[in-house]
Amino acid sequence: MSQTDFIYLMPLLILTFAVLVSMLVIAAWRNHKIIYVITALSCIAAFGSLFELRTTTAYVIEPMFVIDGFGVFYIGMILLTSLLVSMLSYAYFEQREERKEEYYLLLVLATLGACVLVISTHFASLFLGLEILSISLYALIPYLRTRPRSDEAGIKYLILAAFSSAFMLFGMALVYFSTGTMVFSGLAASIAGMQELPLLLLTGIGMMLIGVGFKLGIVPFHMWTPDVYEGAPAPVTAFIATVSKGGVLGLLIRFFMEVDGFRYPVLVTILTIVVIASMFAGNLLALMQKNVKRILAYSSISHLGYILVAFMAGNQMGVEAVTFYLVAYFITSVGAFGVVAMLSDKNSDAELLEDYKGLLWRRPWTAAVFSAMLLSLAGIPLTAGFVGKFYIIAAGVNDQLWLLVVMLVLNSVIGLYYYIKIIAVMFQQPEIEREQAIRLRPSIYVASAGTLAVLALLLVYVGVYPTGLVQLIQNVLVSVPEIVAK
Amino acid sequence: MILVWLIVILMAGGLLAWLSKKVSPVLPRWVALAAVLLDLILIVYLWISTEATAGSAWLMRYEVPWIPQWGVSFSLALDGLSLLMLVLTFFLGLLAVLISWKEIKNKVGFFHFNLLWVLAGITGVFLTMDLFLFYFFWEVMLIPMYFLIGVWGHENRTYAAYKFFLFTQASGLLMLLAILGLYFIHGSETGRYTFNYFELLNTPLAPAAARLLMFGFLAAFLVKLPVVPFHSWLPDAHSQAPTAGSLILAGLLLKTGAYGLLRFVIPLFPTATIEFAPWAMLLGVIGIIYGAIVAYSQTDLKRLVAYTSVSHMGFVILGVFAFNEWALQGVVMQMIAHGLSTGALFILAGFLYERLHTRDITQMGGFWAKAPKMGVIALVFVMASLGLPGLGNFIAEFLTLVGSWQADNLMTIFATIGIVMATAYSLRIMQKVFYEPGPQHESFSDLNFREMLIAVPMVLGLLWLGLYPQPILDTAKPSINEQLQAYTSPEPTIAEPKTALHQQPEATVNPAQVTIHQRSFTNLQIFQSPN
Repeated sequence: MSQTDFIYLMPLLILTFAVLVSMLVIAAWRNHKIIYVITALSCIAAFGSLFELRTTTAYVIEPMFVIDGFGVFYIGMILLTSLLVSMLSYAYFEQREERKEEYYLLLVLATLGACVLVISTHFASLFLGLEILSISLYALIPYLRTRPRSDEAGIKYLILAAFSSAFMLFGMALVYFSTGTMVFSGLAASIAGMQELPLLLLTGIGMMLIGVGFKLGIVPFHMWTPDVYEGAPAPVTAFIATVSKGGVLGLLIRFFMEVDGFRYPVLVTILTIVVIASMFAGNLLALMQKNVKRILAYSSISHLGYILVAFMAGNQMGVEAVTFYLVAYFITSVGAFGVVAMLSDKNSDAELLEDYKGLLWRRPWTAAVFSAMLLSLAGIPLTAGFVGKFYIIAAGVNDQLWLLVVMLVLNSVIGLYYYIKIIAVMFQQPEIEREQAIRLRPSIYVASAGTLAVLALLLVYVGVYPTGLVQLIQNVLVSVPEIVAK
Repeated sequence: MILVWLIVILMAGGLLAWLSKKVSPVLPRWVALAAVLLDLILIVYLWISTEATAGSAWLMRYEVPWIPQWGVSFSLALDGLSLLMLVLTFFLGLLAVLISWKEIKNKVGFFHFNLLWVLAGITGVFLTMDLFLFYFFWEVMLIPMYFLIGVWGHENRTYAAYKFFLFTQASGLLMLLAILGLYFIHGSETGRYTFNYFELLNTPLAPAAARLLMFGFLAAFLVKLPVVPFHSWLPDAHSQAPTAGSLILAGLLLKTGAYGLLRFVIPLFPTATIEFAPWAMLLGVIGIIYGAIVAYSQTDLKRLVAYTSVSHMGFVILGVFAFNEWALQGVVMQMIAHGLSTGALFILAGFLYERLHTRDITQMGGFWAKAPKMGVIALVFVMASLGLPGLGNFIAEFLTLVGSWQADNLMTIFATIGIVMATAYSLRIMQKVFYEPGPQHESFSDLNFREMLIAVPMVLGLLWLGLYPQPILDTAKPSINEQLQAYTSPEPTIAEPKTALHQQPEATVNPAQVTIHQRSFTNLQIFQSPN
């Protein structure tokens, strides 16, 4: 490794360093506020170091990593989201008894894992990133151990994620056996001439896709999503919905673009079925839920389906659309779970539809933010979600994926129903005046409220003036020849 | 720039109205009133000041790039058709504010926010010349309307609001697909990816593609209009909405569908539209007769009026697909006259509901003696709705039928039967509510000053439309000819004048006035203005 390599890995090093510092501080002196500040600062510093890296050419660290515009953009997105999540976490954990400090440690570690994922070009770094992410999540999900459903969620995720890792490893082994390489580009080179994939290699890639599918929570690997979303603390849920899925999606895009998986009809057919099934399963099951976190969980399954529609386009516009939608989805998800976190009281999260009844008349601003987030998820104009959905449909139409696009439209309408249902509940007049939840210290809500306000403004800004973001995404993709060539 | 202001005033007014609730509970009403009034004054001023250039179709344009990467621009343009629609929008908007003055008692600020944003969305729809922006505004209308129905509506409001929302959103998404299809076909044919209406007009389309894309657009417009198999959201939405909501739904939202047919479907897909025309006219006639029959059997006054809308909108689709100037003149007149007359009937229903707290006409009766002023005004509204000569709807239906006769005799005969049926249901309103003795209500006051202030302008408007429709027809004429050009011109495409229009992407404050050569219609002498 050369000295420049270190500069290019600076964001990852900063995060690693922050973990070490936090650990030492916790050993010496437990203080929620200090750990929180360290976390926030490390995210900001890591994000700041990205400005050194925004080049238009890809920097390769053989054989593990490539730092290109795409990677830098995704890392930036992940870091900002982690920052927002930790902001929301502060108020959330401040009102809880348990020891709060290790939470941030795990959060930073999981962020590190996600960052590693989006820049890896080698099976080893891929697996490392995935495991750092997963293992942190094993502890983050059941972090509030005294909660009734937290054990269930934690164990469910542990077992299923471990399973998926095993699948992934086995898949890698098969791919390595067939091609003799573990580097993405090497794999691409060795299959470039093939018209059809040999069965063993196909099985290998298929098993890797199973692993990725688990992490993304798409059908048929979605069973963990609602339970984990429900059982995990609200900020962790926000983290899983965004950073964890976004990291894996970045990896998937890089891998598939490099290997050009869209050339093989069998892979495309499998993915098409998965995408359509995800959209329908997510939306239809969400219709039946009465728990807001579960609704959002099922809706996230369908949203991953939407994103993959653009991914299936397999060209630059598709990647742009995926990235744009992901940004919109990150803002929206963090915002939505942020509202859930903010409304939660000491003992349980605000997750039943009952909890939201008449919210608009009790807490108009919170309700307005939540409505905006839900409208964005539903893809209504003036929000980022509208432009994102438009982008995705445009990418699909451009590539003439009519089946997928029509399914997406159909699902958008189904989806509308349950988003509107939540909004309608917020508008209902409560029969009896609910008692205001007792707030421990009003001042700590400032962080949460500020974060939510920022998210809502971003949402509207991107929705009304998407040009800047579109331009940025197009610019960063220039440095990735595999994508631009398509 | 003035076109942008029309939208900005409404949006800003909406926010201000919401916020001003904190200061005083009556302030939102005044803010909303001021905002709509300002817009009305602006548009009337535009109408008067641009009368001199009646020969050109486009009176004003405004265009700035919005998302240049995708070829999306913030492009607004005003022609006679948009102008008329906007006058109607702000006039009915003003009435909607007035009618809610006493009716809406809770969440006044939020109510006016929604009201003004619906109006802003409608204004946008009538002005925009960029298909992305059009879709954007098309959707902007929905959410506030959903709230208007869902929050301030009557007993079954949630169901009605859902139904309204899902119907319109689903059909709107189909239109989005068609817009994108058009965008990419145009892009791959010409190398220029743009959502600009004027450029997309010249898109060379294979017949099959044109047909599919047309159906995408039709889906949105026919549901909004609504044409019979897709109408089932309308009676629910109308009857559950508060009076102002019904007024805007019937008077304006339905018109966006008709406007879309005129502005987009006819010019963009000439051949496909001609193929579809017989079916569309059939749907229109079915709508006319079905709406009239079902309206007759309603006991809920608002549902009755809602079904009459279905019937009246049948004339719109009949006229649109007749492809001649007569019929389109009739369509424009129908859009305006129906906006006034049906809006008026909803307002009447609102007056009655305020007094009786019911919309059931079997609970009403004998009000002529108690409230003669209301009776007279109701009589005018009802006569307008049944198409009595001297009132706006007569002109509209007459022109439409004359036009559609040239296209299809049989359909026109059936459509005329619909007018006879209109007499039946209209007179039934009068009979049941005002003449027939009914259950006694102790306190039934006549119209007060505010209510007269609402009703009298509508009466005057209807009379004006019926007695002197020439200004309306003159204003709409250039625009109608513009829409029809693809059907009457010898060459298949409409190339020459419009290429000049879009070549000013940076024109920030440039209300460019463009004259477009007029095709003369020699067989239309009787509706030319006397001088």
